[in-house]
Order: sequence, then C-alpha cells, then structure tokens
Amino acid sequence: MRSIVPLFKREFLGYFRSPVGYVFLAVFLVASVILAFFVGGFFRGGTASLESLFNFYPWLFLFLIPAAGMRLWSEEKRSGTIELLFTLPVTTLDAVIGKYLAAWAFLSLAVVLSFPMALTVAYLGDPDWGVLLASYFGSILMAGSYLGVCSLASALTKNQVVSFVVGTLACLLLLFLGLSVFNTLLSAIFPTWLVDLLANFSFSTHFEAFTKGIIDPKDVIFFLSLSGFCLFLNVVALER
Amino acid sequence: MIEVKGLVKTYGAKRAVDGVSFTVNRGDILGFLGPNGAGKSTTMKMITGFLRPTAGTALVDGHDVTQDPVAVKRRIGYLPESAPAYGEMTVQEFLGFIAEARGFRSAAERTAQVDRAISLTHLDPVRRQSIETLSKGYKQRVGFAQALLHNPPVLVLDEPTDGLDPNQKNEVRSLIKSMAAEKAVILSTHILEEVEAICTRVIIISQGRVVVDETPAQLQARQPGARLDVIFRSLTHSDV
Repeated sequence: MRSIVPLFKREFLGYFRSPVGYVFLAVFLVASVILAFFVGGFFRGGTASLESLFNFYPWLFLFLIPAAGMRLWSEEKRSGTIELLFTLPVTTLDAVIGKYLAAWAFLSLAVVLSFPMALTVAYLGDPDWGVLLASYFGSILMAGSYLGVCSLASALTKNQVVSFVVGTLACLLLLFLGLSVFNTLLSAIFPTWLVDLLANFSFSTHFEAFTKGIIDPKDVIFFLSLSGFCLFLNVVALER
Repeated sequence: MIEVKGLVKTYGAKRAVDGVSFTVNRGDILGFLGPNGAGKSTTMKMITGFLRPTAGTALVDGHDVTQDPVAVKRRIGYLPESAPAYGEMTVQEFLGFIAEARGFRSAAERTAQVDRAISLTHLDPVRRQSIETLSKGYKQRVGFAQALLHNPPVLVLDEPTDGLDPNQKNEVRSLIKSMAAEKAVILSTHILEEVEAICTRVIIISQGRVVVDETPAQLQARQPGARLDVIFRSLTHSDV
C-alpha cells in the first residue's frame, strides 16, 4: 500500500508536465461557464444558486472525463511503460488505485476551480452554502464514478481512441438510464420493475439530490460502489 | 541466484516458450541468444514477473515469482526491450520516481541513488532534459540507469546495447563486466561478438526450447575455426 504514494505523485504531476492538464482545465472551466450562462440561463433564473452550472455537469463529464481517463492505461500499454511499471515492486491493485486517485484528484481540482462562480453568486445574492457544498461534493463523487468506468475502458485496450469511445458510450448509457424519455422507451420493451431497477443505476438520478442540497447515503454509496466495482474489474483486466 | 524451472507460455495454440530450464549463479553473465520470435523476451518477462507463466516457475534468490512476485521484483533490475520510459519526465525526475517506487523514501537517499545511477551511465549532461527529446543512445542509457538504480543482485537486460554506437556498446559491456562479480546477469542479444566479449555462458533458444547451454569456448569447440554465426545458423532454424 505504501507504493501508492509515488505512483500517485507521478501520475498527478504528469498532467502538468505536458499541455494536457492545462488544456483540460481550461476547456472544462470555459465550457461549464458558457453552458451555465448561455444555455442554463444563469442570470435569467434570478436565484442565487449554481443549479444552472451543476445541471450540466453530467453532460460535460460525459465527454471530458473519457478524455482525461483514456490515457490512464492505454498510454502505458502503447508506450511499453506498463512493463516498467509492473516490474517495479508494486502490486496491480496499488498501481490501479494510485493512478485512479491521481486522476480523480485532478478532476476534483477542475471541479473546485469553478469556485469563482460561487463567489460571483455570493456577491450578487445570498446563496445557500449548504446546497453549494453538497453540489460540489456530489460532482466530485460523480466524477469518480465516470472516471472508474473510463479507467476500466482504458485498461481494456492500448488504443486511446477505442478507449475514449468505449468510455463515452458506457457513461452515456449510465446517464441515459435515468432520463424519463429513455425510460418510457424502455418500458415499451421491458417490464416496469426492470426499467425501475435500471434507472437506479443512473448517474443523473443519484446526482440530482446533491444539487438540491441533499446528501443521501444511498447516493454516496452508489457512486463509491460503482467506482470500486470498476476498479476491481480494472485489476482483473490488467492481470489476465 | 536465478533458477528457471520448466517455463511454458502459450498464446492460443502457439507455444511461445516450451519448457525452458536453466540456472544462473552469482558472477555469471548469461548470453541469451536466438532468432527473433524464439521466446527470449517472453522468457525474460516471465522471470521478471511481468508475464504469468502458463506452467513452470522461476526462483530469484529463493523467491518464487509465481508465489511472491513483489519480492522477486525487488531483487531484479530489468531493462525491457527498447527501454520504455515516461517521455514527458526529465531524466532526473524519472529516476527519482523509480527510486521512490523502489522504496528509497527519504529525499537524501533518493538523491544518492539517482546520482550514483547517473554517474555510472554518464547521463550527467542530460539529467535535466525530458526523456522524449533524447537520442536513442541516451534513452537506452536511461533504461540502463533505471535498472541499476537499486543496485540489484540480479540484472535482466533485454538487448542492452541495441541502438548504441560502437563506443557506447563497448562502454555498456565494460560496465556490465565490472558489476558482474557480485551479480547474476542475463542479457539477450543478437550480436554474437558480444557473447564472445563478455558472456561466461551461452544459452541458445530456438522455437521456445533451449538447444544449447554451455560456455562460449564450448560453443566454439563444436566447429573449431568456424565463425560463431555459422554455428548459430546450424543450431537454429529460422522461425519465420
């Protein structure tokens, strides 16, 4: 377990050794603000909240997290450094956790860097800080689950494009399961209990409560267990 | 030091390595020869714990690689073929990461190990340069430095002189020779003179099987007066 630390450090700092990290942060922040202002109607809403920002996170994550996660393992496989990594005295589990936590920390940084938006709201009005903090907490948890799925996709292939596409599609499915439009479509084919069951596996269903300021343990457990399950499969995929 | 017992690796129906056994003692420099695709690299990857053998095992310093891979990895310095490294890191950062992952946790210890490896492999002029900007010879030396860093009792080198110019080749050979007294070394090569120059033993592997295991002098004695490549050709059939 001690060997997680150097792996974490290398991976996290790796984002800033190349333009990748800076480009990602810039795109994420600019895109989220544009969506909040022009599509979400940040000012039109007339409320001192960031709901218009957070509502777009599941959609933004859908494209940006596969972009951040696709390199996790594919890159190591393609460049051959995976051979170097797995002949160091580290276990597969250490490596998977170290890299995952580093990428998650990076994504959390991206989410937290939107704090000027929160300050703006505080300047313009009197926001409910509890709701804001819950939303940030939920966003970070949800980012972890998206990342778990994408890390798994990345471990399955040495091709980053394949990894990106598979990751995006898997996340898309997990997001769509919660949309009522999609569920109506599904209930035409499947029995209602199955559709309800599937809807429970959706990112959007579990994220919604956070944006209302509710931290429900079952949502927290959902995100954490989804990430954990993906990481378990990730280890299996690398050890086969 | 190294005891290889009946290693087998199959890929589908193909037996890449088919029951390879040998031992290497301290002070030995074992030259691993064979045509491309004969199973040299695969055998080395199994000894270092990167690939799991289909059958058989390898003991390094008494530790079984299938039972306790981390203990084996701690004792081996491994230079993978074509010396992969994290290109965006500088030489110094990269070796620092390897040192940290190899358990040198205090900064002073780490610097000492990195400096030692850098001076052994003459990397001082490029230590602050990122690895992707280095020439092939320097990259190969970074891989070599990484393998030597923790002063391991066992060195496994997959084509250590590949891509080096004649002077650098000589230098690497004398470096290997100078360290060999207290280490067990396995190196694979395509260059037959290299075997004559530094190896104390030769193993020729063909189609996954050991066909020769003797000293270079004994190999030469098979056809006195003939050049080594003639002998090599008569012992191996091309796997193409």
